[in-house]
Amino acid sequence: MEKKKKVVVPIGPYHPLLEEPEYFALYCDGEMVVDVEWEAGYNHRGIEKLCESKSWDQVTFLVERICGICSTSHPIAYVNAVEDLAKVEIPERARYIRSIIGELERIHSHLLWVGLAGHFLGYNTVFMWAWKYREPVLDIFELVTGNRQSYAMMKIGGVRRDVRDEDIPVIRKVLDELKPKLEMLTQAVLDDPVLAARLKGVGVLTAQDVKDYGAVGPTARASGVKIDVRKDSPCAAYDLVAWQVITCQEGDVFAKAVVRLLECFESIKIIEQCLDNLGKNKGPIEVEVREIPPGEGIGHYEAPRGEVFHYVRSDGTNRPVRHKIRAPSFVNIPTFRASCLGQTISDVAIILAGVDPCYCCTERMLTVYQADNRRKIMDGREVIRLCQEKTEKLREKMRKR
Amino acid sequence: MNLLTKALTKSLWVFHLSTGSCNNCDIEILDCLTPRYDVERFGIVLAGSIKHADVLLVTGIGTRKNAKRIQKLYQQMPKPGFVVAIGACSCSGGIFRDGYPMAGPISSLIPVDVWIPGCPPKPEAIIAGLVSLLGKLK
Repeated sequence: MEKKKKVVVPIGPYHPLLEEPEYFALYCDGEMVVDVEWEAGYNHRGIEKLCESKSWDQVTFLVERICGICSTSHPIAYVNAVEDLAKVEIPERARYIRSIIGELERIHSHLLWVGLAGHFLGYNTVFMWAWKYREPVLDIFELVTGNRQSYAMMKIGGVRRDVRDEDIPVIRKVLDELKPKLEMLTQAVLDDPVLAARLKGVGVLTAQDVKDYGAVGPTARASGVKIDVRKDSPCAAYDLVAWQVITCQEGDVFAKAVVRLLECFESIKIIEQCLDNLGKNKGPIEVEVREIPPGEGIGHYEAPRGEVFHYVRSDGTNRPVRHKIRAPSFVNIPTFRASCLGQTISDVAIILAGVDPCYCCTERMLTVYQADNRRKIMDGREVIRLCQEKTEKLREKMRKR
Repeated sequence: MNLLTKALTKSLWVFHLSTGSCNNCDIEILDCLTPRYDVERFGIVLAGSIKHADVLLVTGIGTRKNAKRIQKLYQQMPKPGFVVAIGACSCSGGIFRDGYPMAGPISSLIPVDVWIPGCPPKPEAIIAGLVSLLGKLK
């Protein structure tokens, strides 16, 4: 069929389905979707460039604001990269605290996704319940780190704050209360005939597709591909505690939901073991890192959505020369081409939400093309020109002062 | 107080506009709508389209690519309409103010009625901001 005969259904950039500004064009033949196009760049904030103007310690706060939902995964990956570069070994207590914060974040992120998935299906009961159960987790964050989001716990060489002894029983109590609620929610999702009808066999991503597109995280694990950075290249305390990688074989949206819900239980298991070990390890929580030598370092961490990767290069000064970030959604979003085609328009909404896309994480790239007419939206030179204009403007401002 | 504003104070419908934010403020806005904070008791409901909304909740820095669309959306909002800037980014640019994609802050693109600073503001702060908007209307 010729392309011009197809009907284009636009989603976005501002659409009730999307939390963030993003544009999808669905090429449809009747009810069936035959092609998907994605236009990004609405959320591009130039973070990599800003990182080069900040000192090593300040960058931790900046990378935290790449994404508010996985706001501790990016700092963990970043401090891993800098510690790899500076060859720093962090104390054991700091490793446990990193894992606790990372796993608490996973629980809150997965519950958030379950709620939003329910919302997208028009099943607002799931949305309200999941978000209600998420609140106690945010209370723990407020207790331990002082903020509900953006925890500012990571630091090069360790963690910024200690988990106080008197907080540990409170965290345990909240987790104990969360477990039956999570079990109830999981059972409700698994047994619900409406959810099964809407989600089973919808948006199937085969294991081969996962390998072809390089998908990561729960998206890959729901298709039976057992990859998890926490197991494959453990950082923090993941090699010191016992836990399992959850996988499903089906690859549909239902399997993605199951993987995420079951991962919450694994996270609780990890946190409980880490809390046990915190009592035994009363050491320091950081080592002092005085200077960063020239060189390069890489760090990765399993964010709730998949592997997040950071690369830093240093020339021995107090600022990174180059900072490269690859977020999990960057590889997960292109899988829409494999999972959406041949599905109906009404199902595409939940398939798009199924990989838990995070656009503000993703928008790091500089060259953006539109697929059919190869129209360049913004390229590297354009960005450099914008940078120079901005610098010129700032200089002008300083001169006036 | 005329009939229109009186009716408006009973049920503010809000539209959520993310203009290059980090999702933090956005999930805190959604938090306000869920059982623990539940702003629906003030008659505040999330609208699916700007054409049904009385209040525009803006988060994010207002990137260059978004700037025109923000203005367009503001024009489409039925009047009297109000703009609430949520988060440090939309109030001042926050940590991203020196970045090249910055076209905001939001107040330089569209008129803003209420500012709610914080990174991210707590749901209590967002509710306090919306209630102060209601007070302003009265």
